Amino acid sequence: MSNQSNKMIALQNVHKKFGNKSVLNGVNLSVDRGKSLVIIGGSGSGKSVTLKCVLGLLQPDTGAIQVNGNETTTMSSRERKKTLASFGMLFQGAALFDSLPVWENVAFGLIQGKGLNKKDAKEIAVEKLRRVGLTPDVGELSPAELSGGMQKRVGLARAIAAEPEIIFFDEPTTGLDPIMADVINDLIVECVQDLGATTMTITHDMASARKIADNIAMLYQGKIIWDGPKSDIDQSNNEYVEQFIHGSAQGPIEMDVFRA
Amino acid sequence: MPNPFAIIGRVFLSALAEIGRIATFTGHSLASIIVPPIYWRSILGQMWLIGYNSLPVVGLTALFTGAALAQQIFVGGSRFNAESVVPGVVVIAIVRELGPVLGGLMVAGRVSSAMAAELGTMRVTEQIDALVTLSTDPFKYLIAPRLIAATITLPVLVLVANIIGVLGGYIIGTGRLGLNPSTYLQVTSDFLEQSDVISSMVKAGVFGFIIALMGSYHGYNSSGGAQGVGKATTNAVVSAFITILLANLIITVIVFGGAS
Repeated sequence: MSNQSNKMIALQNVHKKFGNKSVLNGVNLSVDRGKSLVIIGGSGSGKSVTLKCVLGLLQPDTGAIQVNGNETTTMSSRERKKTLASFGMLFQGAALFDSLPVWENVAFGLIQGKGLNKKDAKEIAVEKLRRVGLTPDVGELSPAELSGGMQKRVGLARAIAAEPEIIFFDEPTTGLDPIMADVINDLIVECVQDLGATTMTITHDMASARKIADNIAMLYQGKIIWDGPKSDIDQSNNEYVEQFIHGSAQGPIEMDVFRA
Repeated sequence: MPNPFAIIGRVFLSALAEIGRIATFTGHSLASIIVPPIYWRSILGQMWLIGYNSLPVVGLTALFTGAALAQQIFVGGSRFNAESVVPGVVVIAIVRELGPVLGGLMVAGRVSSAMAAELGTMRVTEQIDALVTLSTDPFKYLIAPRLIAATITLPVLVLVANIIGVLGGYIIGTGRLGLNPSTYLQVTSDFLEQSDVISSMVKAGVFGFIIALMGSYHGYNSSGGAQGVGKATTNAVVSAFITILLANLIITVIVFGGAS
C-alpha cells in the first residue's frame, strides 16, 4: 500500500484473542502520511478491536504496531501518553463527558493533556465548535441536551481541537439520518484537509467510506482480505467485497443468523 | 452429576482471582493518589457529594439508633437496678461501633452504588476510553479523587453521627426515661476515652476508602450495557457492606482485643 518511510500507521501480523475467541488473525495494513484509510467489514469482523489496538486501549497478543515509526506495543506508559497527544478520536456514540458542559468537553484535551488555561482553551473550543457548524451558545449546554447529530459534531470538534496528526473515526455515521450522515462526512473531509491529518476510520456505511476514504481495506474474520484505492473497490474481483458493498444476503459471507 | 469438589475448587479459584484483581486495582489506585497531577476540584466535588449529601441519612440513622439504644439499655439495666449505666453504654456503643459501622453502611448504600453506576455508565459509553485518548489517566482523574474524598469525608461524617447518636440517647434518656440531664452529660464525658474517638475515626477512614474502592472497582470494570451497570452497582454495595463489616472486626480486635 505504501513505501516504508511514508507510513504513518503500520500493523504487522497483529493477533488478538478474547478467551478462546480469536478476533484478529494476523492483520497487516498501513496508512500513508496525510492519507485516509477506511476499514470496512461486518459486525464482529474485528474493526473496533483493530482500532483499539492502534490506540493502545487493547494490547495485541502478538504482532507489531508502528505509529510514526515508533513501535507502540512495547511503549512505556509515559511514551504512550506522548503518542496519544498526537491522536484525535471520534467515538461511535460520541462519548462526551456528561458531567461537563459542551465547551469543556471540546477543550478537555487542551486543558488536561496540553495544560492550557481555561480561558484560552475555551476560545479554541468555541472556534472548533464553529468549525463544525455549532454556535457558541451550544458550548454552554450539557451533552444530554444535544441531538445525536449535534453530539457527533461536538465529538468531531473534540477530536480536532488539539490539531492532531492522526485522527480515528469509529463508525462516524452510525445512528444518524442520511442527511446528517452526509453532513458529518463532509465535515470530516473538510477538517481532515484543513489539518492535513492522517486518518483511520472504521465503518460499515459504504456511502461514508466512499466519501471519506483515499484507500479502503476490508476486514473479514480477523484478516484483511482486500485493500486498495477507493476507486478500485467496484472492480475488486473479490466476492466478499462485492457482497459487502452491494449489501447482499447471498454470497460467501454467512451471517450467524443463517446458521441458527 | 457434577463433582462437588470441582465446584468448590472453581469457586475458590475464582474468589482468589477476584481478590487478586482487587489487589491490583488497589495498588494502581494508591499509586495514582501519590503521583501528581492531583485533581483538587474533583476531590472537593466528591467531598460535597459524599459528605454533605449523606449527612441527612447518616444523621437520622444515628439519632434513631442512639435513642433506641438508650431505651433498650434502660430496660435491660433496670433488671439489675443499673439504669445509670445508660449514658456510658450509649456513648461507648455509638462511638466505638454503631457510629462508624452504621454510618459506613449507610454511606456505602448511597455512595458505592452511585460511584459504580456513574463509572459503569462511563465505561459502557466509552467515556473512559475517551479519557485515555485525551492523554488523561482515568485512575488519576476518576478513581483517586473518589478515594481521597471518601477517606477524608467519612471520619467527619462519623464524628457528626457520633454526636447526634449520643444526642438521641440523651433526648430519650432525659425526656422519657427520667434521667438527670447534667448527670447524663457528666457520665457520658467520664466514660468516653480518647482512644474510643481515635478508633472511631480510624474505622471511618478505612470504611471511606473501602466504600470508594468497591464503587470504583465494580464500576470501572463493568461491561455489557445497562444490565452490566446494574450488576456492578449491586456488587459494589454488597462487597462494600461485607468488607466494611470484616474490616470493623479486624480493627476492633486489634484496638480493643487486649483490653481487660
